[in-house]
Amino acid sequence: MKIHEYQAKQIFARYGIPVPKGEPAFTVDEAEAAAKRLIEATKIPVVVVKAQIHAGGRGKGGGVKVAKGGASEARELAGKILGMQLVTVQTGPVGQKVRRLYVEQGLDIDRELYLALLVDRDRRRIAIMGSREGGMDIEKVAHDTPEKIHTLHIDPVLGLAPFQARKLAYDLGLGAKETLKQFVSLVDKLYKCFLAEDCSLIEINPLIVTKNGEIVALDGKMTMDDNAELRHPEWAQLRDIDEEDPTELEAKRVGISYVSLDGDIGCLVNGAGLAMGTMDIILHYGGKPANFLDVGGGASTEQVKKAFQMILTSEKVKGIFVNIFGGIMRCDIVASGVVAAAKELGLDVPLVVRLEGTNVELGRKILDESGLSVESASSMADGAQKIIAAVKRGAAA
Amino acid sequence: MSILVNKDTRVVIQGITGEYGSQHARACIAYGTKVVAGVTPGRSGQKFDDKVPMFDTVEQAVRNEGADVSCIFVPPAGAADAIAEAIDAGCRLVVCITEGIPVLDMLKVRRYLEGKPTRLIGPNCPGIITPGECKIGIMPGSVHKPGHIGVLSKSGTLTYEAVGQLTALGIGQSSCIGIGGDPVGGMDFIDVLELFNNDPDTHGVIMIGEIGGAAEQKAAAWIKANMKKPVAALIAGRAAPPGKRMGHAGAIISGGKGTAAEKIAALEEAGVAVAPTPADMGATLARLLA
Repeated sequence: MKIHEYQAKQIFARYGIPVPKGEPAFTVDEAEAAAKRLIEATKIPVVVVKAQIHAGGRGKGGGVKVAKGGASEARELAGKILGMQLVTVQTGPVGQKVRRLYVEQGLDIDRELYLALLVDRDRRRIAIMGSREGGMDIEKVAHDTPEKIHTLHIDPVLGLAPFQARKLAYDLGLGAKETLKQFVSLVDKLYKCFLAEDCSLIEINPLIVTKNGEIVALDGKMTMDDNAELRHPEWAQLRDIDEEDPTELEAKRVGISYVSLDGDIGCLVNGAGLAMGTMDIILHYGGKPANFLDVGGGASTEQVKKAFQMILTSEKVKGIFVNIFGGIMRCDIVASGVVAAAKELGLDVPLVVRLEGTNVELGRKILDESGLSVESASSMADGAQKIIAAVKRGAAA
Repeated sequence: MSILVNKDTRVVIQGITGEYGSQHARACIAYGTKVVAGVTPGRSGQKFDDKVPMFDTVEQAVRNEGADVSCIFVPPAGAADAIAEAIDAGCRLVVCITEGIPVLDMLKVRRYLEGKPTRLIGPNCPGIITPGECKIGIMPGSVHKPGHIGVLSKSGTLTYEAVGQLTALGIGQSSCIGIGGDPVGGMDFIDVLELFNNDPDTHGVIMIGEIGGAAEQKAAAWIKANMKKPVAALIAGRAAPPGKRMGHAGAIISGGKGTAAEKIAALEEAGVAVAPTPADMGATLARLLA
């Protein structure tokens, strides 16, 4: 689960991690009022208006602007950024509509650094990474000058040890008395935050040192482990449904796994691996999958029906491929769910079904007797080719 | 004839009385697996299905029934603890089926596992089967056939697909292991490949990987340096867009890394025959054996 910069900073603040003063704003009025309050509180007539979307690269994309002319300039900038379709290197070409802003105090930056905590799955440890190349595309740094990134792994028994924090501080040029203590304290709090909030990533890019020698998180990106949701009821408040695909959200609510894609062949499969494999084989034969959908092993007829409905109601879908290899998943349950959905909504696109495994005969019987126009496939390859051909025929007609 | 489990393996099932655990326990028993005990705290003295003695702790199951392998169906909130309990009780192998265990919990379990003799398979996996002898997990036993090909995979259903293809070609399986789709877990590809490499009854291997992480790339390097038997592979997720989690918690291309293309390149470099589609896994291996 991703959250916005302003939410990450609110969480940082709770742990005592230094962040600039700032306020979220959802309208130009709010932005202007926030700017006024910040300027008064800090006595500094500079504020930064920042687009809040779940993607990085906002500055380069034109979504972060500095206002030196007081609250009225902040208002003007807010007007430009709010509602814009912000395209960054991370959003993809369509970009993301900006619905939320963060208005932050301006700070005198002396240096920009990079700091991150993440789960290193290969080492099975949490890793802390730092670099003097802050404010840049870290992937470019990792690619061009990997020696500029300093990585340490954290042993869960020790936690993030002070000696490790010091080591990193010296690597980042923060070894002077004034900054060393601040940095060691900051990373200690960051690690505690990472654990308590069940993160998979915390990225601060840039972490700045101000001209006054203060270390502050100028940006904040937090990604949480979706598997930990059960023990974080407060996450429901943090979700920004505008940043998520509504169908994907609905799928999650129903208990199935769904990812929207660009093509026109809807897929309904049991098991994530087979679902990916189904997308792959459709691509292989020249088709384009409209979605990834894993209905799971223990799905009920109702869940299968909802899953099928999701595909049926998607406008881009011109054909549907149901590919099931039932272990726990029973073919008759799949067949019943598909028939129920199709009868309720009507089926006006070609449907190819491949069933294998538990109760396959019963499943095929249910489909045969349903009166629906269903083409049977003997294998995955057969099914993929049949649906692609059927969609082509439909397009030609 | 197999790795890790056979007809003599004595299995304890943690979470046997849950909805999920009970249906699969029954299926394993029906297959012929020696399920010698069940563990659900508070049920000591009872019998599951009038057959299987129940205990409050894994340690009791090990002591009283000689259970040496544990299979875990405990829901996510308690699953990491269940794994730790099985390790502590001295099980030589723990198979954790549960999907949805928080990653930070698994990091701790991994740390706990270090220096101990227990092997962990999973979590978020279908389990392990030695066809004709022992089924520990949720795979459909009926599609398997005893034989000499090892199958290892991150995905449950793609394993069944591979097994179905092999069986249809008359090629049987020695053991099939699902290592699971989570980012942090137990045995990885290399750990299992090593076992297959040393098993006199395994003559070839099908390896099924997917996008996300670097496990397949590392396995490729190991295969190049060590593997004495033919390997066919499939990488699922060629069509997956970056940044999106494709079902499995670990199946995500992040920061340009973990793409299908890079895994396939690494495997081919190592002399592994990579199946062009999931429908060709059996055929790709058969060609290697010819």
